[in-house]
Amino acid sequence: MTTTPIAGRATVVAARATELTKVYGQGETQVVALDHVSVDFRAAEFTAIMGPSGSGKSTLMHCVAGLDDFSSGSVRIGDTELGTLKDRQLTRLRRDKIGFIFQAFNLLPTLTAQENITLPMDIAGRKPDKQWLEEVVGMLGLGDRLAHRPSQLSGGQQQRVAVARALASRPEIIFGDEPTGNLDSRAGAEVLGFLRNSVRQLGQTVVMVTHDPVAAAYADRVVFLADGRIVDELHGPTADAVLDRMRMLPGGTGAPHGRGQAAAHRTV
Amino acid sequence: MFRTALRNVLAHKARLLMTVLAVMLGVAFVSGTLVFTNTISDAYRKSSAKGFDHVDVAVTPGSGRRSDSPDEDPELTEKLRASAEKAPGAAFATGVVEGFTAIADKHGKLLGGGFRSQGGNYWGSKDPRYPLRDGHPPRGADEVAIDAGTAGRAGYHVGDRIRMSVDGPVRKPVVAGIFTTDDGNVAAGGSLALFDTATAQKLFHKEGRYDEIDVEAAPGTSQTELLDALGRALPEGTVDTTTGRQLADDQARSIASSMDSMRTSLLAFAGIALFVGVFIIANTFTMLVAQRTKELALLRAVGASRRQVTRSVLLEALVVGAVAAVTGLLAGIGIGAGMRSLVASLDTATVPSGPLVVSPGTVATALAVGIVVTVLAAWLPGRRAAKIPPVAAMSSVHARPTTRSLVLRNTIGALFSAAGTLLVLAGTRMAGDSGKPVVGLGAAVLVIGVFVLTPLLSRPLIAAAAPLLRVFGVAGRLARQNSVRNPRRTAATASALMIGLTLITGLTVIAGSAQQAIDRMAVSALQADYVVSMANYNGLSPDVARTIAATGGVTASSPMSDAPARVGSSRHFLTGVDGHDIGRLTDLPVSDGSFRVSGPDVVVDDQTAHDQGWRAGDSLKVTYEDGKAGRLTVAGVYHGNDMIRGILVDDATLRPHQSDPTDTQVLVKTAHGPQGSVKDALERALGNNPAILVQDKQDISAGISKTFTLMLNMLYGLLAMAVVVAVLGVVNTLAMSVFERSQEIGMLRAIGLDRSAVKRMVRLESVVISLFGGVLGVGLGVFFGWAAGKLIGSRIDTYELVVPWARMAVFLVMAAVVGVLAAMWPARRAARLNMLNAIHAE
Repeated sequence: MTTTPIAGRATVVAARATELTKVYGQGETQVVALDHVSVDFRAAEFTAIMGPSGSGKSTLMHCVAGLDDFSSGSVRIGDTELGTLKDRQLTRLRRDKIGFIFQAFNLLPTLTAQENITLPMDIAGRKPDKQWLEEVVGMLGLGDRLAHRPSQLSGGQQQRVAVARALASRPEIIFGDEPTGNLDSRAGAEVLGFLRNSVRQLGQTVVMVTHDPVAAAYADRVVFLADGRIVDELHGPTADAVLDRMRMLPGGTGAPHGRGQAAAHRTV
Repeated sequence: MFRTALRNVLAHKARLLMTVLAVMLGVAFVSGTLVFTNTISDAYRKSSAKGFDHVDVAVTPGSGRRSDSPDEDPELTEKLRASAEKAPGAAFATGVVEGFTAIADKHGKLLGGGFRSQGGNYWGSKDPRYPLRDGHPPRGADEVAIDAGTAGRAGYHVGDRIRMSVDGPVRKPVVAGIFTTDDGNVAAGGSLALFDTATAQKLFHKEGRYDEIDVEAAPGTSQTELLDALGRALPEGTVDTTTGRQLADDQARSIASSMDSMRTSLLAFAGIALFVGVFIIANTFTMLVAQRTKELALLRAVGASRRQVTRSVLLEALVVGAVAAVTGLLAGIGIGAGMRSLVASLDTATVPSGPLVVSPGTVATALAVGIVVTVLAAWLPGRRAAKIPPVAAMSSVHARPTTRSLVLRNTIGALFSAAGTLLVLAGTRMAGDSGKPVVGLGAAVLVIGVFVLTPLLSRPLIAAAAPLLRVFGVAGRLARQNSVRNPRRTAATASALMIGLTLITGLTVIAGSAQQAIDRMAVSALQADYVVSMANYNGLSPDVARTIAATGGVTASSPMSDAPARVGSSRHFLTGVDGHDIGRLTDLPVSDGSFRVSGPDVVVDDQTAHDQGWRAGDSLKVTYEDGKAGRLTVAGVYHGNDMIRGILVDDATLRPHQSDPTDTQVLVKTAHGPQGSVKDALERALGNNPAILVQDKQDISAGISKTFTLMLNMLYGLLAMAVVVAVLGVVNTLAMSVFERSQEIGMLRAIGLDRSAVKRMVRLESVVISLFGGVLGVGLGVFFGWAAGKLIGSRIDTYELVVPWARMAVFLVMAAVVGVLAAMWPARRAARLNMLNAIHAE
């Protein structure tokens, strides 16, 4: 396994949002969660989405991952436009092309680690690729834990199972929603390391929402959201650099919180 | 606190609606039963009181006297009637004559159904008992008056000639009058034909005698005064006198007691429905408490005491119970009214009309039952709510179901199950009646045991279904795992269904087996094609047997008559048969000697032979009823059955000694087997007599099984109630599962399980739980059916266990359908679940 240079694959876009807008409610109570957001997520790149709470970072991820519908604009996963898909097609798209890692692990307590890992393939009715599975399991160090049930695993182990589940079906893109939010810092670092390895070694595309600058520092690129807009972007981040940028965001530490405030709209 | 409870009720309308429905059904059943039975017995009481309006004192033959000798029968003669009429305080005395009278409709068919085909006398020129609606009182042998109900049913009018029969020959009198009456028999759908007194006495073989003398008091004389006067006026010790009020009271009491058993059995079913309802209520409140863990913990955190938390849950139950009780009561009144009109519409029984009776007792019972049951069922969940620690308000997880060990529970369950099984088995080995309570007790204990054991049983039984579920892929596998996840809840849900199906299956097994026993009884013993008897199974004139023997196409026939006699040292009934033909009319297996009935040779059934120690070749000393002695020889011992048993004696030997020459029935064999034309010929030869029944084997077993089927259908209807309640329980449990697993379902949706698969998963879980209950129920039902059959089998020897497999399969399919139906709403909810909320549910 060789490390693929990021620049070499820069032209391939795994997911793209264009003028993506999401509005909740109507009239007086209307809230604009995403305000004409345009962003690309490149293949074989580890992207972190950051922003203060209420900035729309989770909404952005949900819309791009086909979990939530949006008001206007467009979202593409590979060549597929999500806006026109019916629920059934969206489900199939998530099943076949997207992997998920959730903050609360969300493993099925009744299934063993092995069964949890192969669940997306079971749902699709596909046979898992044995060799690939072994590689993923080996990389995550879960070999001796496969027969265990989630309740017999530590938090870090559970999240590693979740990472394996996301990787096992070789999705085009993996979305992580605060994947380290429920982990202590050591287990968190471990999981983030695995995610980065999956990008570096396996060429996987990963997009992660987080509010933790340390977690964001594992990414190749950080996209900053505030008030439903993309306000900044950072390549090859360090935790300090991320923290600095965060301080400057509206709604971030020390900045006044409010919507409709002018912010740079950047197309990446 | 009350406001909080009320708010909670309103906040969980849909969930509580189910609880309300479950309680409501039970309460409706209870109050419906009470309203129905009260209404009916009230109506009967009023009509029976009316029926005795014209009787102040009834004079009947003395009961303390021997009645085996006709000569010594105390006679209610005209002289006696006249002296009763002359007693001080008596206005007049009516002589009453009664007997069996069959009236045919225009097609020759019997009206009033045999046992309710009555005849009597019209007293004098104006009988106060029977006000005439049309025509005039019957006079002479050629006139009759019939009751308005019968006339209406058959379409008879004054002046019509009708066919009727009293004891054999067909009579064709003219309808002289049509009368109305309060007679209970007529109110219950029977027919009543009246002749003038002399004709009635002649027809009923009571010339110069009455069956009863009804004395009406003169104005100003009370019933007791009249009773005393009659006591002095009539010869002492020969007659009994009873006041009309006493008669009315006696009748009311007997009606009340006959309604009592009906009420008890109906209430038992209501009890079952309520019992099943308890599980649902408990489940619902458990769910509500789980759902509100955070809220309740918050209450505790801000200072509510444990007792206050419990009380708030119980208050909620109180509100729910009260609403359910009130709606249930209203529904029950409707059910009561419906049942009355249903019963009234049956042509077998007519119920006297009367207002719907909703007594304060009914209202109180309904309310108490509804509220008490609900509050009791909510007790445990309420206590569990109080145990929620205040800190739970801060944590993000739902209260997990207690994972208390099931060891204690399983031990208790195993003990109960074992004890119950042993009791049932022991009971089946006991003789008939003494075994009944033992089996009953064993059944109850076993049901409780299985009940307690269901969580344990759920795993292996549901695992057995795994290969089937595998067909449904991931959805099937998840459904299986989900259904064993909370064994207690699965068990409670399945138990509700189990009880209903246990009863239904048990009944079906018993009914099926009994049906077969009846068929066999009629078929196995008889070679005869037809059995001829009176419609009320009274004695049949010997002419009938002679006529049948002479009918074309009849190859063999034998009358059967009974005669008491002393044989050896004990009393027996001798059965007179045609010794020549009987062997061709019956097919009785002979275990000893040979089947020969001729001259002094007789055959004896094995039971009697065994009891008396008789064997083939034994000579028996006989004293006939006319006092003459003789000797009979046991030619053979045969295997008796319910139609033919006892000592069979040739007619030629028995007839000369018989005081009552009438036959109980005549067995007939024809050249070409049972065919319509021969039956018609027989009926024609007997003068198309409405009083005589010509039945083939099928008619006989159909006649018996009709009662069975009717009863079974009624019970099915009642048990359907318990099943409906069980369905609500399944809905409830699934809703709870879906709620608890919303996060999981959200994740599954996110990683690509589509809506239909989510629905399928919930549906399969439902089907698995329902089938689990179904299998347990069918299993227990078959076992109980078998046990009950053992008790029945000791009395009916053709009884043999018949497990109607097809029906059992239908029941299981029904259980699965119940599962699918119950899953409809929860599955939709699961599929509609908002993924994002689910993922972020904290």
